[in-house]
Amino acid sequence: MCDIPLVPVMRDIALVAFAQTDHRRTSDEHSEVEMLMPVLHDVLAQTGLKTADIGFTCSGSSDYLAGRAFSFTLALDGVGAWPPIPESHVEMDGAWALYEAWTKLLTGDADTALVYAYGKSSPGSVRDVLTRQLDPYYVAPLWPDSIALAALQAQALIDAGHTDEPALAGVAARSRRDAVGNSHAQLRGSVPHGDYLVRPLRTGDCPPIGDGAAAVILAAGDRARELCERPAWIRGIDHRIEAHALGVRDLTDSPSTRLAAEKAGAFERLVDTAELHAPFTSQEVVLRKALRLDDSVRVNPSGGALAANPIMAAGLIRIGEAAARIHRGESDRALAHATSGPCLQQNLVAVLEGDPR
Amino acid sequence: MTKEPVAVVGIGQTRHVAARRDVSIAGLVREAARRALDDAELTWADVDAVVIGKAPDFFEGVMMPELYLADALGAVGKPMLRVHTAGSVGGSTALVAAGLVAARVHGTVLTLAFEKQSESNAMWGLSLPIPFQQPLLAGAGGFFAPHVRAYMRRSGAPDTVGSLVAYKDRRNALKNPYAHLHEHDITLEKVQASPMLWDPIRYSETCPSSDGACAMILTDRAGAARAPRPPAWMHGGAMRSEPTLFAGKDAVSPQAGKDCAADVYRQAGIADPRRDIDAVEMYVPFSWYEPMWLENLGFAAEGEGWKLTESGVTELDGDLPVNMSGGVLSTNPIGASGMIRFAEAALQVRGLAGEHQVDGARRVLGHAYGGGSQFFSMWLVGSRPPDS
Repeated sequence: MCDIPLVPVMRDIALVAFAQTDHRRTSDEHSEVEMLMPVLHDVLAQTGLKTADIGFTCSGSSDYLAGRAFSFTLALDGVGAWPPIPESHVEMDGAWALYEAWTKLLTGDADTALVYAYGKSSPGSVRDVLTRQLDPYYVAPLWPDSIALAALQAQALIDAGHTDEPALAGVAARSRRDAVGNSHAQLRGSVPHGDYLVRPLRTGDCPPIGDGAAAVILAAGDRARELCERPAWIRGIDHRIEAHALGVRDLTDSPSTRLAAEKAGAFERLVDTAELHAPFTSQEVVLRKALRLDDSVRVNPSGGALAANPIMAAGLIRIGEAAARIHRGESDRALAHATSGPCLQQNLVAVLEGDPR
Repeated sequence: MTKEPVAVVGIGQTRHVAARRDVSIAGLVREAARRALDDAELTWADVDAVVIGKAPDFFEGVMMPELYLADALGAVGKPMLRVHTAGSVGGSTALVAAGLVAARVHGTVLTLAFEKQSESNAMWGLSLPIPFQQPLLAGAGGFFAPHVRAYMRRSGAPDTVGSLVAYKDRRNALKNPYAHLHEHDITLEKVQASPMLWDPIRYSETCPSSDGACAMILTDRAGAARAPRPPAWMHGGAMRSEPTLFAGKDAVSPQAGKDCAADVYRQAGIADPRRDIDAVEMYVPFSWYEPMWLENLGFAAEGEGWKLTESGVTELDGDLPVNMSGGVLSTNPIGASGMIRFAEAALQVRGLAGEHQVDGARRVLGHAYGGGSQFFSMWLVGSRPPDS
């Protein structure tokens, strides 16, 4: 019909800086803003940028974790939005804030973006809080908690012969062993696998509950090369959602992850590293299968969400960790994944690459 | 690198009311989305992505409700984004959706905003006590009344201006079948005799609490070419934020609002908004915000906005009609209120606003704000494609 390429040439956009807090079980002595501030200062210092140099700011957080409406407005005060800034917020994990910022940079409206996310799970009972995410008429009144739902998924995997309890314990042990090299992690080294929380999941199969924040800076084209020695270029990023009702889903599979990965170009070439947002050991099994990751891929060298899972930031941290490995020259092509909702309902996949060395 | 032009080809709203007890939250949003698809003569399969917005989750008592709404909005297997930028969210949500088209990430996007206030209690949802933080006054009126008072003092506006705005908007709402309040027996005297809630804001000068949703189908040039009805074209769009409170903040005419408007006017090639813009749908939750925003948006010099209101310029048949739909004063599903402004602006330039249509409206501004007068989102839509 015409010779315009189907996929137009997109602007090159990279992660040029990443910072995160030391994730902790409680952070009583700090407000969310106080928790976030050092992280913001860290990414700005890494790039030498000031707030006023940033073209677009986008954040992810949840009012339900904060226990108050408009909780993100206080965090904005920490950013220093004066003079006024172009800014947006998603009530989602920061990985989706990064996605929004990526589209903003694609339009050419901005050359740099600051993305941050934070969450404090410590003030409330996060197992109960997350039940408020469920269908408000038919499911939420029953208060099925996040661990019970993950256990349903784990049992379905075991019943289907995709894994067994020792294999899940192996995922837990590997993750916490790898987290020894991650000074920000909350659970590190030898962690007892513990008793059943909800059969077949033991405490070791579940993520730690904790508070934390993370921030990244994105930059386009030459600006990225000025700000970072080895930028982590976003070669593709996509996200997909599945049906909410667990009864209509095959919990042993993640078609949304597979589709997002396909759209992000993850299957075009092998990746050497994958940072998966799998808060439960059983979910790593689902994701590995959906993403066709074999043993040649280094999965969750940071320890993943089993080592630190600050809700609303943990997905963004996966992208940041993957990018940081590219910055350090430890990876050339990495996949990062983020999830939201019960039993991996919504998934985002990003493919990052470093320039050839 | 150039951006893909963005067109609005479908608009759908629910009939806004105090309580939609006949539908679930899913039923409410689906109704608006279905109407937007019908307007565009498209099906769910034609939608590449869904961008949804709403104000705080406490307003319905559902955390991140987009997860539960994925099925109702045909989003399964598609990307779904959830925006939350306080009261400006309806506008911001539309702008995020427009960005997906402008960046050529997607061809056709469904964007939707809603609030089902009857599921919960918005006033107390806004007033949760947090240790060691200054308690908010119950509801938004208490927060904004002092800023209105400051405006009156600064501008010397007569006390009656607020009631004129309310009287106009409530009469405009009579011409809009989707508006929540249809006060057929409204008179200026009734507005002026209504109880004083937060001095100087009277009961009839405040927005109602509504259940409602608003949806739009945004698409690229190719999508617009296939549209069965005239599209509205986006000529400019911007968001700006500033802190809630700080020394030197102008709560009456915030800098973020001025900067946001200037950015939109620059993109759209608007040299003189008063001359170049035909009508405005602005976020006026309390009557006095009409003259305040007229100044903030550059339609009047500082201290002069009330004169436009008083002289009838902002009436439906005036020289610069404002809130032809009846505005937020007549309909307020909080999270959707910003998107309704954006959608009503688009309806005007499409010539599809029905009884509240402004003849020959070619360029119309949609405006939303939120938080402590700190989050702004605006777009300018036109009847012709940009740069044509």
